Amino acid sequence: MFETLILMLDATMRVSTPLIFAALAGLYSERAGIVDIGLEGKILGSAFAAAAAASVFGSAWIGLCFGIMASVGLAMIHGFACITHRGDHIVSGVAINTIVAGLTVTLSMHWFGMGGQTPALTGDARFLDITFPFADALESVPVIGSIYSNLLSGHNILVYLAFLMVPITYWAIYKTRFGLRLRAVGENPHAVDTAGISVSFIRYRALIICGILCGLAGAYLSTAHNAGFLKDMSAGKGYMALAALIFGKWRPVPVLLACLLFGFLDAVAVRMQGVEIPGIGQVPVQAIEVLPYVLTVLLLAGFIGKAIGPKAIGRPYVKERA
Amino acid sequence: MPYAIELRDISKRFGAVQANKDICLQVPAGTIHGIIGENGAGKSTLMSIIYGFYEADTGHIEVDGKRVDIRSSQDAINAGIGMVHQHFMLVENFSVLENVILGAEGGAVLKNGIGAARVELQRLAHEYSLDIDVDAIVEELPVGLQQRVEILKALYRGARILILDEPTGVLTPQEADHLFRILKALKEQGVTVLLITHKLREIMASTDNVSVMRQGEMVAHRETVNTSKEDLAELMVGKKVRLTVDKDEAQPSDVLLSAKNLSQFDSQGVKRLKDVSLELRAGEILGIAGVSGNGQSELLSVLSGITPMDEGEIHFAGQVINAKAPKNAAQMRDLKMAHVPEDRHKMGLVTGFEAYEAAVLGYHNSPVYNGKILMNRKAMLDECNDRMAAWDVRPPNPHLKTANFSGGNQQKIVIAREVEQNPEVLLIGQPTRGVDIGAIENIHEQIVKLRDSGKAILLVSVELDEIMALSDRIIVMFDGAVVGELDAKDANERTLGLMMANAFNEEEGVSA
Repeated sequence: MFETLILMLDATMRVSTPLIFAALAGLYSERAGIVDIGLEGKILGSAFAAAAAASVFGSAWIGLCFGIMASVGLAMIHGFACITHRGDHIVSGVAINTIVAGLTVTLSMHWFGMGGQTPALTGDARFLDITFPFADALESVPVIGSIYSNLLSGHNILVYLAFLMVPITYWAIYKTRFGLRLRAVGENPHAVDTAGISVSFIRYRALIICGILCGLAGAYLSTAHNAGFLKDMSAGKGYMALAALIFGKWRPVPVLLACLLFGFLDAVAVRMQGVEIPGIGQVPVQAIEVLPYVLTVLLLAGFIGKAIGPKAIGRPYVKERA
Repeated sequence: MPYAIELRDISKRFGAVQANKDICLQVPAGTIHGIIGENGAGKSTLMSIIYGFYEADTGHIEVDGKRVDIRSSQDAINAGIGMVHQHFMLVENFSVLENVILGAEGGAVLKNGIGAARVELQRLAHEYSLDIDVDAIVEELPVGLQQRVEILKALYRGARILILDEPTGVLTPQEADHLFRILKALKEQGVTVLLITHKLREIMASTDNVSVMRQGEMVAHRETVNTSKEDLAELMVGKKVRLTVDKDEAQPSDVLLSAKNLSQFDSQGVKRLKDVSLELRAGEILGIAGVSGNGQSELLSVLSGITPMDEGEIHFAGQVINAKAPKNAAQMRDLKMAHVPEDRHKMGLVTGFEAYEAAVLGYHNSPVYNGKILMNRKAMLDECNDRMAAWDVRPPNPHLKTANFSGGNQQKIVIAREVEQNPEVLLIGQPTRGVDIGAIENIHEQIVKLRDSGKAILLVSVELDEIMALSDRIIVMFDGAVVGELDAKDANERTLGLMMANAFNEEEGVSA
């Protein structure tokens, strides 16, 4: 039983990683007042770019760079539409998602001719799991050994980076000048402008960070969690990250917990596949896969109280005295 | 000695509109200088130029005798100029401290800056008697204190010239008095204050010098001691104006509307209207005084049928209206209750409609405006033309979009629409908000005329002058409840002000 739990938590960490990156990406963007429904598109775009570059150059790190560049590029398009031209954030985000979904498949067919996939990655073209020192030796120690060797050790570097990003984000948002301005710009951009700070510049910087984090999420999917790009491989992770962001009320630590919860449910879904539950019978996988979404709706509908987002979110800033 | 701030030939044009034309202004250091003018006279544009929101087309600004280039708010701050905006520029869910340091954090990591700011704020609080809890969350503070945060923000950035734009709009008279005491203290410390307002009383009470703007131009400079309210009003409008309303003694007769223990809860379950009872008689104007946001809006919405009451009942036109038998706004209209809402843009008009369309809103199902299938456009246009002539709406063009009329003319369209239906009861909220002085006179006359024809009028206004000038009887609201009622003859600013702050002591003679 204990071993099963450890295995499920281990799977939770793996599945949560892209959610954590993406939800934190959304946190930077939305805290600055930019609605980012385009997380999904950025993840997918980065997954493709990372896998394609990794297979061409044979290096996961080069793949990661390309993934981040693609994602930041998409974030800048979003910024150009929403910040510079005061466009509708949702329209821009949906447009990005749609374009990326089509473009990744078309480009990969053109370049690799493998029906929308990229070549399978091997060796250095993937991020490999890191084994902690003495992991093998300690495995036999009861409880602690199992936690150390099977749960904490044996993930790739991006998993650790995702968890590390949570305290870093907390610190950046609440303890730095940039964070103060970022939060202010999402609440009342007029206050920021009258204090002599450029609203656009802060929002663009927030989107760059958002792009980098989505880039990490996408590269993780195609070059670490899997070994290559598959059509639509982001599979709604961007939307789930948005749900986690709202669920966590736009705060780093609660957002992490929401991502872990969603990841855990996903791990449970995999575990439950084909398992007979006495008295009920076989539970359809879909019934469990739908849980994160049902949970978000239910919890937001009343159990955790009203989720109040940044006040100026989604509204273009017009430099005008009201 | 050079002037603290001097404007030379500032001009600014927005498209066809000349917002500022050759403005010259000299403000001696350590004085309080008033700038007065009607809405749209160009005061706010001028201040925006000084604070770097807009760049002037021509002309320049000198601070302490030195020419400065102000292209952004940052430039203005660097030149020692601070601004307290009409709508506070505060992040509501930040603490006072966070708001003050925003933009002047003193380093990439907040820790050091916050410590220094705490010390500096204590010094400022001590020096200018601006006490405040620096860790309080701004949205939990009363507006008077929020304004204090704005002042501290400016001083923390080292402002030597402080601009206040319509600072008393949201304050009770007592809070306003306190503000003026603070400004005097600032002045004694050598700070130069520019006070923008349209309230003559404040200019007379607190400034050393005053400049008057009209239609984008600076038309006069006066020493406050050598001028008068009447003089300034005339300069603002460009013609003689009367600041009082001529009216005879009211002849109240039958009770047309009575409300008993009205209560209403908002969506969060907070009681916004608390057991309000009142009677409204034919031939009288009942004024509801109170600081904005103390239940007046809720009272108007419940009486007019826009929101149902949760408790209590209304007796009107032979009907009993309560939570079990509510009536909506259209049904109330059919019973001859007219309503001029407080916010004409949100509730009074559809600003994208042409004037003749907006002029039938709420009465659009009336057979007068309708044929068998389509609406009778000609009837609507003819009527709109007649009304525009009768009410002196300018320009008298029924096809102009309502958004393109000035505030005063929009308000005339709304009031005409309601009054011309010959209602028994008129509910009227903020009848002259954002309306120029010339039109105010006209609107006030029409309200008194309606009273004299035997109708009942309930007037809600946050302008004490207006309440005192028009009302025959005054009810004061505080925190959703009626806290006092008095005859208009017994009312003065001080009594009403204390009642509005719920600080009125019963021993002072009037039952509260």
